[in-house]
Amino acid sequence: MRSWLALVLLLSSGAFSNSLYDNLTIQLATPLLEKEIKPFEITIFPNGKNLPTGQGSVLQGKTLYKNQCLMCHGEQGIEGPAARLAGSDGWFSFFDPLRVLRIDKYPILLISVGGLWPHATSIFDYIRRAMPHYAPKSLSDNDSYALTAYVLYLNEIIDKDVVLDKNTIMQVTMPGLERSVLAWPDDIIKEQTKN
Amino acid sequence: MNKKSLVSIGKGGLLDRRSFLLSGLAITAAAPLSSLASEKNIASDLPIWMKTPGASPSEYGQPAKYENHIKRHKAPDTPQTQLFSVWHSPIENQPGIITPNGLHFTVNHNGVPNIDPAQHELKIHGLVNNPIKFSMQSLLRYPMVSPIHFLECAGNTAPNAVSLTALDQSCQELSGQVSGAQYSGVPLKYLLQEAGVTAGGKWVIAEGADGGSHARSIPLEKLMDDAFIALYQNGERLRPEQGYPMRLFVPGWEGNANVKWLHRLEVTDQPAFTKDESGLYSDILSDGKIQRFSFHMDVKSVITQPSGKMMLPEQKGFYEIAGLAWSGYGKIKMVEVSVDGGDSWVQAHLHGPVLSKALTRFSIPWQWDGKERVIMSRATDEHGRVQPTRSVWRDKYASYSFNHYNAIQAWSVSSSGRVENYYA
Repeated sequence: MRSWLALVLLLSSGAFSNSLYDNLTIQLATPLLEKEIKPFEITIFPNGKNLPTGQGSVLQGKTLYKNQCLMCHGEQGIEGPAARLAGSDGWFSFFDPLRVLRIDKYPILLISVGGLWPHATSIFDYIRRAMPHYAPKSLSDNDSYALTAYVLYLNEIIDKDVVLDKNTIMQVTMPGLERSVLAWPDDIIKEQTKN
Repeated sequence: MNKKSLVSIGKGGLLDRRSFLLSGLAITAAAPLSSLASEKNIASDLPIWMKTPGASPSEYGQPAKYENHIKRHKAPDTPQTQLFSVWHSPIENQPGIITPNGLHFTVNHNGVPNIDPAQHELKIHGLVNNPIKFSMQSLLRYPMVSPIHFLECAGNTAPNAVSLTALDQSCQELSGQVSGAQYSGVPLKYLLQEAGVTAGGKWVIAEGADGGSHARSIPLEKLMDDAFIALYQNGERLRPEQGYPMRLFVPGWEGNANVKWLHRLEVTDQPAFTKDESGLYSDILSDGKIQRFSFHMDVKSVITQPSGKMMLPEQKGFYEIAGLAWSGYGKIKMVEVSVDGGDSWVQAHLHGPVLSKALTRFSIPWQWDGKERVIMSRATDEHGRVQPTRSVWRDKYASYSFNHYNAIQAWSVSSSGRVENYYA
């Protein structure tokens, strides 16, 4: 059993370093067991960490999409009102007959999942943790692979006959990746804010 | 009173604050008392509330019924559902630097969860020596800090970022995704030190326990600096819309990174590129590059009195121009005000306390000549960061990029006293 009064010397730093308690660890936490954290480890990283087994095809995804996603994201994934899934980011196509109305009504739809997101793993991650909006976490791993495949297909990133699994999803290259620049870490910001 | 003693220090009637206070214009004379006939009781000429007993207070006080028009409003021009909603704070009705809890802006991507604190835990795991968990009960025993900070959504003032013409909107509609509060909570460094971050730990994935499991990747460096687990807001436990029973608070950083309903911190060597850091909360630069992890909310200010859609009650005369300024990098150093569309600027008075990463109130007296005017404010922070003009800001970003808009806000005042959003 851990002593809840144990005090350990620690390095002091940061904005709260004048605090009376800075050199203490309080140790009121309890150990977190492997089996306790397992069900919560749902984050899928761009390097493939935490990708589950299972698979799903574009075709399976199309059926799921029609039944569970289309009412919010639209037939082509661009109609909204929910976030725009397909196409380049930016203004709606000049060939879109409702372009002006769409921009006026839904400025958020100017950015698209297919155009901006740098990693396909993030699409799987978000579908599985949060979609569909009215029933989050109701989709199986297979469903999530299938819907990820369908979103990628809508963006013409993968072909119609592709089956996604933990290996094939890692072969997908998103167009948003090479356009990405990171504001953090940012040496310029740190230099400017130095006192 | 002697109006001639007022020292005009700027074009368009901006007044020197000290001469204004000395002039006597600020002093109101007391009205003479009327005499009462001896046979009347004193009640006859008095208002009803002075001659009837008052009501009993309630267990949780409410605003006066005459003030119930001061409310949050849903953001215009944003697709909203019951689950995704954006509610703006009426900041033009907020004279100080603290926003009442019920009026604090709130943006929710998957609704507001109803979390039982008795069943809620904060888990810290990943690249740590000791994976640990905290019950609410244990967390409440930790030493707390109580700083005052602003919180601003990355998308605040988005209409002015993307709209080709200045939309006729109020201050609340344009810039109501910012609020200020005093938070009390536990510094993250105590908890992370207890977990013992291992050598490769550079990022922490912070996740909420809401339906959508909102998650953001936060640099470990920030969490070890001034971040804390907020448990209280303005002297009471967090409201559900603000993350009850606990939220991550990363002072000065975009609202979305201040993860509400926090239940899990995973220490990692890399960011996760979660939904919001992949799309909605990235910035598209003018060269087409997509900028990610732009956490800081830059220096910004807005004149809240007078502001959009207001009607000045008299068509000339004295008004106090007042507003709010803030910077995600530190303290506000200076706010300048112009009433001639930016041709000349005069330094406004900063009201204390001037705190780091907190709303700061500014004001300046103004003798309006009744002519058409364009009024604006420009803030500078302690690091010398200055608000850009709208066109300078626009040049940096793609035409449809709307996050982190901090350009100078201009309001036009027509000769009839109507105040409108304006692109200077």
